[in-house]
Amino acid sequence: MSTDARKPPAQIALRIRRALGGKAGWNGVAVQLGFAAVLGWIGYEIIANARTNLETQHIAAGFGFLRNNAGFDVNQTLISYTGSDTFLRVFVVGLLNTLVVSLVGIIFATALGFVVALCRLSPNWLLSRVGEIYVEIIRNLPLLFQILFWYLAVLAALPNPRASISLFGLVFVSNRGLVIPRPIGEAGFEPFLAAAAFGILASLALRIQARRALFREGRMIRIWPYVLGLLFALPLLTMLVFGAPFALELPQLKGFNFAGGARIIPEFVALTLALSIYTAAFIAEIVRAGILSVHKGQMEAGSSLGLSRGTTLRLIVMPQAMRVIVPPLTNQYLNLTKNSSLAVAIGYPDLVSVFAGTSLSQTGQAIEIIAMTMGVYLALSLATSLVMNIYGARLNRSLGA
Amino acid sequence: MKRVTLVLTLALAAGLTSQTATAQTLKTVKDRGILSCGVSQGLPGFSAPDDKGNWTGLDVDVCRAIAAAIFNDPSKVKYVPTSAKDRFTALQSGEIDVLSRNTTWTLSRDTSLGANFTGVTYYDGQGFMVKKSLKVNSALELNSASVCVQTGTTTEQNLADYFKSNNMKYEVIAFGTNDETVKAYESGRCDVFTTDQSGLYANRLKLANPADHVVLPEIISKEPLGPMVRHGDDQWFDIVKWTLFAMVTAEELGITSKNVDEKAKSDNPELKRVLGTDGNFGEQLGLTKDWVVRIVKTVGNYGEVFERNVGSGSPLAISRGLNNLWNKGGLQYAPPIR
Repeated sequence: MSTDARKPPAQIALRIRRALGGKAGWNGVAVQLGFAAVLGWIGYEIIANARTNLETQHIAAGFGFLRNNAGFDVNQTLISYTGSDTFLRVFVVGLLNTLVVSLVGIIFATALGFVVALCRLSPNWLLSRVGEIYVEIIRNLPLLFQILFWYLAVLAALPNPRASISLFGLVFVSNRGLVIPRPIGEAGFEPFLAAAAFGILASLALRIQARRALFREGRMIRIWPYVLGLLFALPLLTMLVFGAPFALELPQLKGFNFAGGARIIPEFVALTLALSIYTAAFIAEIVRAGILSVHKGQMEAGSSLGLSRGTTLRLIVMPQAMRVIVPPLTNQYLNLTKNSSLAVAIGYPDLVSVFAGTSLSQTGQAIEIIAMTMGVYLALSLATSLVMNIYGARLNRSLGA
Repeated sequence: MKRVTLVLTLALAAGLTSQTATAQTLKTVKDRGILSCGVSQGLPGFSAPDDKGNWTGLDVDVCRAIAAAIFNDPSKVKYVPTSAKDRFTALQSGEIDVLSRNTTWTLSRDTSLGANFTGVTYYDGQGFMVKKSLKVNSALELNSASVCVQTGTTTEQNLADYFKSNNMKYEVIAFGTNDETVKAYESGRCDVFTTDQSGLYANRLKLANPADHVVLPEIISKEPLGPMVRHGDDQWFDIVKWTLFAMVTAEELGITSKNVDEKAKSDNPELKRVLGTDGNFGEQLGLTKDWVVRIVKTVGNYGEVFERNVGSGSPLAISRGLNNLWNKGGLQYAPPIR
């Protein structure tokens, strides 16, 4: 009973002293606070000084320009945009273009990196040499040259729109990009979407159910016929009942270019190619290092159990290797995102090109625009790190480390 | 990106150092012993390095004339190549003393950049260039075309305005530098290359087969190109402004680089004032009495500079047109030196 009655010491004060002061105690806390105050003061002085100097030089300052009309066009916009939209919209357009090229680049780079790593580790002499040559050539050439190479190579190889390569009159490839038919929603569109969404959700639920049965009760449930039915038969059935979900708008050559259809511009293709091929070389080495860090006894144990090489890799080696792979892999993802700012060299309208480039010189407000752009890259990088850290932590927990 | 960061650092540094740097540009230039002049990254006829690395062109000659007026030596210029998008930051931050880089005079640039235009060195207008094989005769036939343009220029906005007001669709592909833009046009990525018409003629020379390309007749904008200085240093503003006026006045009075010494001996009162044998007009600017002699002798008058760089004496062979003197049907006009 007596222990219950005793009041605990002031935990918060102690914790602050421990965290800020360390061994120096309260003196240390004072020094730390003083240091923070000086830093804050220096930061304030820089901002105030820059502000007064901008004013005396009659250079426009502040973020009011974001509401002004941009007055220029952009050739790839994921949201609707015209020249009479604001600079804020330009910012969003550029940001989305950066995001989409980074995301697609990360997916391709990861896939290619894993394949190349497995090639390098393959017992097949030819495959492993191919992997080695790939890594040694790609990672030792500057990225900017690779981007320019792919851009000029892609452009040089492609004909002009009037002589474009056509696949069944549906898909057209020319130096204006890849033009594909665009689906346009019709009457049956919404039921079709609903059916497809239900199918996907139900299949996921089935899979969770099957895994639970496998791990808890050791029962194997065959779910693939049901999944097939949910994913394909159900939407097909709704199509029969409600009519076609969408009509295809076919691209047609009109004047200089294709009208109708959706288009992927060659700048996007070149940039994605260059970024993923370049980053894949680094990822391949990271994956190789990760796999080699797993003791070879694990592989031998797998084969002595009668598992194939692929199954051993997938079920035993990779989960352990991922622990080593994830942190440096995060670095590569961050690099790829930041490297996407080289897009301006080939005219891909990413954030740096349309916002820190065109908008900057139209408004002349370098400090605000560069600060916003840097803020975006910082936020993107921190978000990527966060996701990868969470993934890494889950991985460690599942391995009991 | 690196360049932008560098420029930003410079801008911040300029913000941190007090305003002394902006107030006395003439003194700063004299102390440094060299004029720092922002030019383009290579536009034949206006500012481009030759095979020996010497910069030549109309815009370059403006820099040389200023250096001649200050130091009596047109070679005392450091040329700083700037891209379209970081040229203003270079001027604002004090990296360059004057920006002489085919830059269009607009109201917003005059007011919000903390810089002033000092005059017009070349009256230009935006045009279009296409391949002859496309058989296009007018810009109004360019519906749905792809257009290559350099980013950070007035060109980009004029283009949007023109296609919108004529109800035409187009695709714009914007590149960071002039060379990248030209290369993309040449590789067939775009049907049309657009910039100031003088720039079209200049860039056509860079193409493999200049004769395969045609400049369309339409001029869709007014592009008065001129030098820029920082806001708030009136003395420096006057020097740059009157350097150009001196060159135009010299042409008007028939003073050339060859006959300037002879003319200086003349009894004509106007020649005496301009060439500094009478009055102290140069000193009022903060220069010397013989400032016009220095400019004309080493660089030449406006007509000589024009013909040598973009006119009949150059591969561009552009006619004087709007850039002729006011009394010969053009727009070049200088207030009197008196």
